[in-house]
Amino acid sequence: MTTPSQTIGPFYSHALPYPHDWELVPGTHPEAITLSGTVRDGAGEPVPDALLEIWLGDTGDRGALLRGDGQVSGFGRCATRPDGGYRFRLARPAGPYLSMQVFARGLLRSVLTRVYLEDRPDPFLDGLDPDRRATLIATGPAGDHRFDVRLQGEGETVFLDF
Amino acid sequence: MTHPPYLSPGYGSTVLRAPSQPPVAFKADPDAIELTSPVFGHQEVGALDADLTRQHDGEPIGERIIVTGRVLDAGGRPVRDSLIELWQANSAGRYAHAGDQHPAPLDPNFTGGGRCLTDADGRYRFVTIKPGAYPWRNHPNAWRPAHLHFSVFGQAFTQRLITQMYFPGDPLMALDPIYQSIPDESARQRLISSYAHDVTEPEWALGYTFDIVLGRTPVEPS
Repeated sequence: MTTPSQTIGPFYSHALPYPHDWELVPGTHPEAITLSGTVRDGAGEPVPDALLEIWLGDTGDRGALLRGDGQVSGFGRCATRPDGGYRFRLARPAGPYLSMQVFARGLLRSVLTRVYLEDRPDPFLDGLDPDRRATLIATGPAGDHRFDVRLQGEGETVFLDF
Repeated sequence: MTHPPYLSPGYGSTVLRAPSQPPVAFKADPDAIELTSPVFGHQEVGALDADLTRQHDGEPIGERIIVTGRVLDAGGRPVRDSLIELWQANSAGRYAHAGDQHPAPLDPNFTGGGRCLTDADGRYRFVTIKPGAYPWRNHPNAWRPAHLHFSVFGQAFTQRLITQMYFPGDPLMALDPIYQSIPDESARQRLISSYAHDVTEPEWALGYTFDIVLGRTPVEPS
């Protein structure tokens, strides 16, 4: 009797974003890295009204909503800019990947994916079609990782179903 | 099928945003971080955050309502200390969002966003005003039925749910491609709140109940 999903719609920005939501660690954190990218649709156009959430698997001491004075949070949220771009500042997760969820107008249910910071042997990655594996691996220099989300079409990101 | 398919052409925005490939079924690894969820502390959510009628100096215009219910897992167990976020249009059907161009008035006393944590019984309770229906440009003379947006975290990131709650008896539901994107009639019914006279407070506010049942996680006992 699961409750069905519905779209986040276009008008959530007065309610869901909160101060420092994209900053899982403060800028002064010695191990801060950034993760940024662009969300695109099936025509390759930027998606300016998506909401991204990342989860690193450990709540940490910074709080999810109230960032406070602690150093690290495991949860972050970022609404895309008009150019479809997003950015997070975080500490490197303990494991090889972080979990990312995307909500948007036109997505009747969120999509869940994984961001691997390096391309290494991994039971999940190794089971994917080799052509699609690269969609889950961040690019760019270490510490300034880039991960684009393609909702549909060429280079479509692999989404997961549990 | 409970959830709507990603591609629901009646809702035009799905056409270029619905993934074309089916999601990759993940064989449950009990250590997968997706099976855990952020923890939200009581210090992060204030008691007043659940009352959308008290966020400004004055009272918002509209029909004051109480919306309450429980968040349950697939086995019917309460989901405790879980964050719920709610957002909505005002009573005239206008969102406090720069992109909403519907020529209906904004209400200086209503923003339309709230939060609360579920209690030990999985229960939440919001006080707000009933939102208005509003037009959108999906098709000629398209109107969204009155609805509240709900965002729920649950106990695993795989249970994360954003949905919409509707009001009983609204004739616009039959014409709404977002509501109708859910193929199964009984699943659609689960998004309609119930009028609850025992929640209604005399000479103050009408009561509605709306329970939310999260999906089963791969490691959850049945």
